[in-house]
Amino acid sequence: MKSGSNLEKILESGQFAVTSECGPPKGTSAQVIKRKGEILKSCCDALNITDNQTAIVRMSSLSGCVILQNMNIEPVMQMVVRDRNRIAIQSDILGAVALGIRNLLCLSGDHQKFGNHPQSKGVYDIDSIQMIQAVKIMRDEKKFMNGEDISGEVPLYIGAAANPFADPFEFRVRRLAKKIKAGVDFIQTQGIFDMDRFSRWMAMVRDEGLDEKVHILAGIIPMKSVGMARYMAKNVSGIRVPKELVTRMEGAKDAKEEGIKIAVEIIEQIKEIEGVHGVHIMAVAWEDIVPRIVQEAGLMPRPIV
Amino acid sequence: MIIAERKPLDELMAMLDPFEKILIVGCGMCMKACSAGGNKEVEALAAAVRSLRQEKGRPVSITEKTLGMQCSPKHVLQLSDSIKEFDAVLSMGCGAGVNFLADNYPQSVILPALNTKFIGVTVEDGVWSERCIGCGDCILDRTGGLCPIARCSKSLLNGPCGGSMNGKCEISRDLDCVWHLIYERLKGLNQLYRLDELFPYKDWSTSSHGGPRKIIREDLKA
Ligand code: SF4
Repeated sequence: MKSGSNLEKILESGQFAVTSECGPPKGTSAQVIKRKGEILKSCCDALNITDNQTAIVRMSSLSGCVILQNMNIEPVMQMVVRDRNRIAIQSDILGAVALGIRNLLCLSGDHQKFGNHPQSKGVYDIDSIQMIQAVKIMRDEKKFMNGEDISGEVPLYIGAAANPFADPFEFRVRRLAKKIKAGVDFIQTQGIFDMDRFSRWMAMVRDEGLDEKVHILAGIIPMKSVGMARYMAKNVSGIRVPKELVTRMEGAKDAKEEGIKIAVEIIEQIKEIEGVHGVHIMAVAWEDIVPRIVQEAGLMPRPIV
Repeated sequence: MIIAERKPLDELMAMLDPFEKILIVGCGMCMKACSAGGNKEVEALAAAVRSLRQEKGRPVSITEKTLGMQCSPKHVLQLSDSIKEFDAVLSMGCGAGVNFLADNYPQSVILPALNTKFIGVTVEDGVWSERCIGCGDCILDRTGGLCPIARCSKSLLNGPCGGSMNGKCEISRDLDCVWHLIYERLKGLNQLYRLDELFPYKDWSTSSHGGPRKIIREDLKA
């Protein structure tokens, strides 16, 4: 075992994993995390805590992770390179491990321009692939990025994102291969709506034999309203919502119900795709719906490992 | 070249408000080339300041002078006889020019007329765009000659992020994703394998993060 985390055990034993996420509050209340944790706990194997997602200042990911951990829920700590140089990244990793964090998701982060402090200085000292590389060396060789020794173990299960919907399409598999070369253990993809493109991407992934080298968790974003479907289709860089799905949401009597149905259908289809080892459900501000989706997609009960 | 843009007139008027005898100094190199601070711009700014101050009933005396360049001693020292006569010197040089005037004339008030923007190119008449941040350790051999440090919004080194779509950067649909351009270029050059290499951590100590920089060439020293 690299980290001994629950997520690692489930994935390495060949079981289909379910993860979801908690966005920390724009404030100091631990209650917000606890409430989300309580809702998601029985239907997920681990919960991501986002790191100032969309560059909006929120409670830190590490503190959210500790709050979950105190409830016996396994966190996946997200960390972006936007806000930290290599000194802070490595230091935060040491602290996270000391506090018992075992899963780390390495991300570039949304550009600060999107957030609520667009005047801030972006750091980007290293990129997300270099961060994966650094964490792997910290874990496997017990060395810092500068080659100096780390005292103690750094047992981390290393995650990263992949976006099959970004361009250039052909590069997306090469980029995944690069992340694998850098040392990633698991991948959570961008939210999937365009099944056709996702299937094509997965076929390329299998052709390169990459599905055997990394665990891919397919991203699911339940759509709560017609407005959300339209917004994502139009405005969110990196997400592709096919017209048919927007039309389907528009035509539905109850858009929420339709959104749930679509999410469940997508999971059902994904379960059939060779090489996908789990799902990652991102129900931003709609955590309540995750247990039902997991249930209806036939993924309950969650395994005990 | 270095590209700059003139500050808004309001800001300049406020800056010049306490002064009566002003020298406006242009630069005949980059600032002339990017139409921010050459002799023409010096003339236009001087005229604008004169008339605005006239309207306010506080006329000024402005002298115009454009140096060949503001970043070389030979040119900057041409002001040594006259500069004492002025209450303030408004430099239409880039930030380096302003600094160099201040370095050389400790007794004079030196003010910046421009906002210095970047090292870039003239894309077409009236359009300039950034190409280099002067990181001090050029990597363009590995990226098809296009710079991801200057031109990628996140200075990524290992290819396009998950926000790159239809050739555009996630931060704006008006901005090309340079990693998309690099991809296309390397593909055309049959060098896509370049993108499979893990790009080593960048050493930023050669950039401004290593502190202010200096080059000394013994072979050229007087
Ligand atoms: S979209 Fe392209 S240019 Fe923009 S941040 Fe991502 S890789 Fe860089």
